[in-house]
Amino acid sequence: MKFLDEFRAPDAAQGMIERIHRLAARCDDVTFMEVCGTHTMSIYRHGIRQLLPPNVRMLSGPGCPVCVTPNAFLDRAIALARLQHFVVATFGDMMRVPGSSSSLREEKAWGCDVRVVYSTLEALTIARENPTRQVVFLGVGFETTAPTIGAAILEASATRVRNFSVLSAAKLIPPAMAALVADPALRVHGFLCPGHVSVVIGSEPYDFLARDHGMPCVIAGFEALDILQGIVMLLQQVVEQRAEVEIAYRRVVSPGGNPAARRILDDVFEASDSTWRGLGVLARSGLRIKPELRDHDAARFEVDVEPTREHPGCACGDVLRGIKTPFDCKLFGKVCTPDDPVGACMVSSEGTCAAAWRYGRDLG
Amino acid sequence: MCLAVPMKVTSIQGDRARASLGDVEREIGIAMLPDVQVGDYVIVHAGFAIQRLDEQEAFETLELFRQMAELDDQDGRPS
Amino acid sequence: MGGILDKRAPAILLDHGSGGRASRRLVEETILPHLRNTLLDRLDDAAVLSLDGARLAFTTDSYVVDPIFFPGGDIGMLAVHGTINDLAMSGARPVALSAGLILEEGLPLADLDRVMASMARAAKAAGVPIVTGDTKVVARGAADKIFINTAGIGVVPPGVDISGHHGRPGDAVILSGPIAEHGVAILSTRAGLSFASSCKSDTAPLAALVAEMLDACPAIHSLRDPTRGGLAATLHELASQSRVRIEIDEAAIPISEAAASACEMLGIDPLHLANEGVLVALVPSEHAASVVDAMHANPLGGSARVIGKVVDGDPLVVMRTMVGGKRMVALPSGQPLPRIC
Repeated sequence: MKFLDEFRAPDAAQGMIERIHRLAARCDDVTFMEVCGTHTMSIYRHGIRQLLPPNVRMLSGPGCPVCVTPNAFLDRAIALARLQHFVVATFGDMMRVPGSSSSLREEKAWGCDVRVVYSTLEALTIARENPTRQVVFLGVGFETTAPTIGAAILEASATRVRNFSVLSAAKLIPPAMAALVADPALRVHGFLCPGHVSVVIGSEPYDFLARDHGMPCVIAGFEALDILQGIVMLLQQVVEQRAEVEIAYRRVVSPGGNPAARRILDDVFEASDSTWRGLGVLARSGLRIKPELRDHDAARFEVDVEPTREHPGCACGDVLRGIKTPFDCKLFGKVCTPDDPVGACMVSSEGTCAAAWRYGRDLG
Repeated sequence: MCLAVPMKVTSIQGDRARASLGDVEREIGIAMLPDVQVGDYVIVHAGFAIQRLDEQEAFETLELFRQMAELDDQDGRPS
Repeated sequence: MGGILDKRAPAILLDHGSGGRASRRLVEETILPHLRNTLLDRLDDAAVLSLDGARLAFTTDSYVVDPIFFPGGDIGMLAVHGTINDLAMSGARPVALSAGLILEEGLPLADLDRVMASMARAAKAAGVPIVTGDTKVVARGAADKIFINTAGIGVVPPGVDISGHHGRPGDAVILSGPIAEHGVAILSTRAGLSFASSCKSDTAPLAALVAEMLDACPAIHSLRDPTRGGLAATLHELASQSRVRIEIDEAAIPISEAAASACEMLGIDPLHLANEGVLVALVPSEHAASVVDAMHANPLGGSARVIGKVVDGDPLVVMRTMVGGKRMVALPSGQPLPRIC
């Protein structure tokens, strides 16, 4: 597979791992946070943790949009799914996530029309093919996904697909990173920054981390060699006592990002305060659909939503902030497993706890 | 939140294109890349092309990996 | 299912049918407790009964695949091959099949005709006749087009004792061919996944391949075909039944570029996707090379190779990744779902 296989070549990986060991020998203990959930998954998928020297630790951050979306959103989605003429279309990632008392896959089993789509354009097609039903797409994602949601809304508006709407839960990464770096409990020496979010936003939004907080940042891709390269570059910054924002993922990330994608965001959304599981309410960290596109905003539907309940022992919030690892959570593996997930971190396809459960236990 | 794959654009129809990864072809949205051309490699996320893949940068990155893999001086940089 | 989701009476979910953890729990917690007996409890692909000195393998399987016609095959062909394969996984020579049809009102007769023609062709080509059957019709909506149950009987040759419980530390883990072809072929036709892939189902009868493997090594320990739940589920079953640890090498696992590409695009692990013409064997290490050679001589075993080994340890499946790391291969929770994260 072109532009994938080459970035997984074993001999190049071996060399980079050796370089990581040599650089690490010149540091004290370092911890880097990989912000993006897809990085967490890729690190586990390729078994990268086992290859790192003992004094280099990777900590998972809150970059899992499913994990940071609070129960209330899912409860509202479920309430809409239960309405007679509604179809809820969603990315597969959301299907098994537990809300306060149910999940989308349970609702589907009970007869609600819930459909998994790979793209917002498929949800739009469902709306076109079912003109008497209201199709609500669950708009969960960060800056990588938000323009795809925006593009579907613009197309729905332009082609008068009146029965298509989005329940937006889109969130922005830089405010979350600002909250992380301001948290005294967090001890990291650098950030592995999300490669595909950066495709859209460029590198400039991370500058404050290096400039104001002395935090090394490397924007990395997702293949094994990309991640190893990112770790090499972070270690180099630490060893050389630099704090810069560097782009490792140069084949798709440029400092200016993708202006056309950002124009779509500006046309469709406005920044709003948003609640993040684990981080609380962050100012201007979410995307709300603009009033002029209200016809495609599913937030306008009045529906009874059950009172939000969070499980008392659930430590997803702390795990997402990097304060606890999955293994520190009292429920991990006992009460909370992928079959019976308590929190989103366990059931999200890239949730930190799911990755730890699936890939990281018992690796003696 | 960023699963995306490199694909090659094989044809364009308005706001849509067809792209392939190896033998697998699918329809994608190109609203985020209005200037995309047939033959371009693009990164596709959730059914949309989000950026062109710069082949020159890709080759240079692979070359850099190759260099990083070679023995070097104490500073961990190529000698 | 328990925990905070248990607000209404527990009910069957689609995940229960996908061959992963949910399926296993359903069988172990809701079905087996009623039916326990020595043969059933072994949970091998077929039960081997001793009858007057002969050993008879007996198995059944139901086929509910949707769509009923897919690239490379159809539900009829699957129903014949799948049950032949379950017999073959006990080392049996398949002798005969039964076929029970449940037809949904409204199923076009032309479709039924096409499925039956395909079943007949598959049975004939494999040399295993369908000797008895039944047909029922249910109201529209009470079934999905056509459901087929096939049961099969076969004879296990003397000296052959194959079971999921017989894996031993030191055994080689052998895979007969590329994975995920069937799973990708099915996904490529589902509504909402709109891509054209050249992946065709690999549905095929494996009895002849197994017979040739047994000629090379009558003492094969375990055989299993990784259908629902994929290679991951099968290796887990074998590890648990034999109480051993299985270690495999990602670089050794054959997969076509088309299947690999489709999985990358959807974010689905190819180890979780169904295969219908592939088998896994646990073979004493001293015989591994001769078994692989025998497999190469068969059209269905051309890409056969050793992908790992059985070692002592807790029942786990661990994989050495392409870049030399190590990760666990987990039992899939439920249906593979495409993801964007």
